Amino acid sequence: MKPAAFDYVRAEHLDEVLDTLNREGGDARVIAGGQSLMPMLNMRLARPTTLIDIMRLPQLAHIERNGDNVIIGAAVRQSTLLAWPELAETLPLVARALPWTGHVQTRSRGTVCGSVAHADPSAELPLVLCALGGEVHLRSRRKRRRVPANDFFTGMMVTTRADDELIEAISLPTNRNACAFREVARRHGDFAIVACAAVATKGGVCLAIGGVGDTPVTREFPRLASGALDDALNTFAYELDARDDVHASARYRRDLVRLLGAELIREVLS
Amino acid sequence: MTRLAANQRHAVHLTLNGKPCSGEAEPRMLLTDFLRHEIGATGTHVGCEHGVCGACTIEIVGNLARACLTLAVQADGCDVRTIEGLAPAPDRLGALQAAFKRNHALQCGFCTAGILMSLDHFLRENPRPSEQEVRDLLTGHLCRCTGYAPIVRAAMEAAAEMADRPAKEKSDA
Repeated sequence: MKPAAFDYVRAEHLDEVLDTLNREGGDARVIAGGQSLMPMLNMRLARPTTLIDIMRLPQLAHIERNGDNVIIGAAVRQSTLLAWPELAETLPLVARALPWTGHVQTRSRGTVCGSVAHADPSAELPLVLCALGGEVHLRSRRKRRRVPANDFFTGMMVTTRADDELIEAISLPTNRNACAFREVARRHGDFAIVACAAVATKGGVCLAIGGVGDTPVTREFPRLASGALDDALNTFAYELDARDDVHASARYRRDLVRLLGAELIREVLS
Repeated sequence: MTRLAANQRHAVHLTLNGKPCSGEAEPRMLLTDFLRHEIGATGTHVGCEHGVCGACTIEIVGNLARACLTLAVQADGCDVRTIEGLAPAPDRLGALQAAFKRNHALQCGFCTAGILMSLDHFLRENPRPSEQEVRDLLTGHLCRCTGYAPIVRAAMEAAAEMADRPAKEKSDA
């Protein structure tokens, strides 16, 4: 339970991060709050030869409003976002979901972008990013690009980030529509067995499910009568490719999707 | 940019419970091991080493942190507070510690150091918490002895006691 050896780079300029990633690619990993990466290192599920610490780069530690978007830098801790005075007004869904991310003791270190980078299928922040249609801002020495959340997550802990790219920030469109969030886990703060977010849209509701498939899955539901909604949720639950694991069976997960999905959709549309 | 080579030991300086202290660490050394083996501050316990059990919870620059998910080199230059900094004097328990003793809020004591650090931090920010808030905070810790009820009781009792005291004594949590 101790990490394998690595060089430790304490970056003082963004260029140093990008240069090191450019030179060392997949052998280097960026560390921010360490709440996802450190367990991987301790268990030796990750064995980078270089670790690049970005937490002493003040330019990455900003939360900014840019038009209709909120941009959250790579060094912004989860507790900082949760305490941001404009959160409830600009991003009510995030305000509801973020208290479910880990515990007080891990949110105080873990970063928002770090959770996105880790891409755990049951994590709340990737789920919310998908539900709100946010973007991931990637930067390498060669170029900068923005990837929509639903294209960013490609599998269990797998993303479209290239080895030389840094997640510089994420952006979330301001969304004051009615929204709801629910999660079932063994303890508050544990990994979700099923996490569920819903946001009202022009034609109905966007429902996002985490903890069931390998990535968060979003689906738009029109306004439907009760019976038709149950049928639509039933079909959706079967399409999610739920899996059995030590925490819950696939069948239980599908049941939760039907139950929480119906509850949330009704809550958002009421 | 500072690059610390993998297989060498590097000087780490930090402020531990208000006093400067230093030691040497390879980049891969966890802060738990640095505190215990380099500094000799064995009050911080090592449980699961992946951030789940909470036994190693400390404060870094005023924020709660799992010492097992922190590298010693990341804490270089930082203000670190551990369980050794909690009692007001070597022969005197703080209000929170005394409430734990009175309420049998510990049995084996393995989880206690982390729980006390979390509660000490939490009660300074939330001097009059509800029981639910205390229980929410405790989700970040595992205790296999007490069943948590005595811990919740001790925390509520200490909170009430500290909130009633004059402000200058409150740091004696």
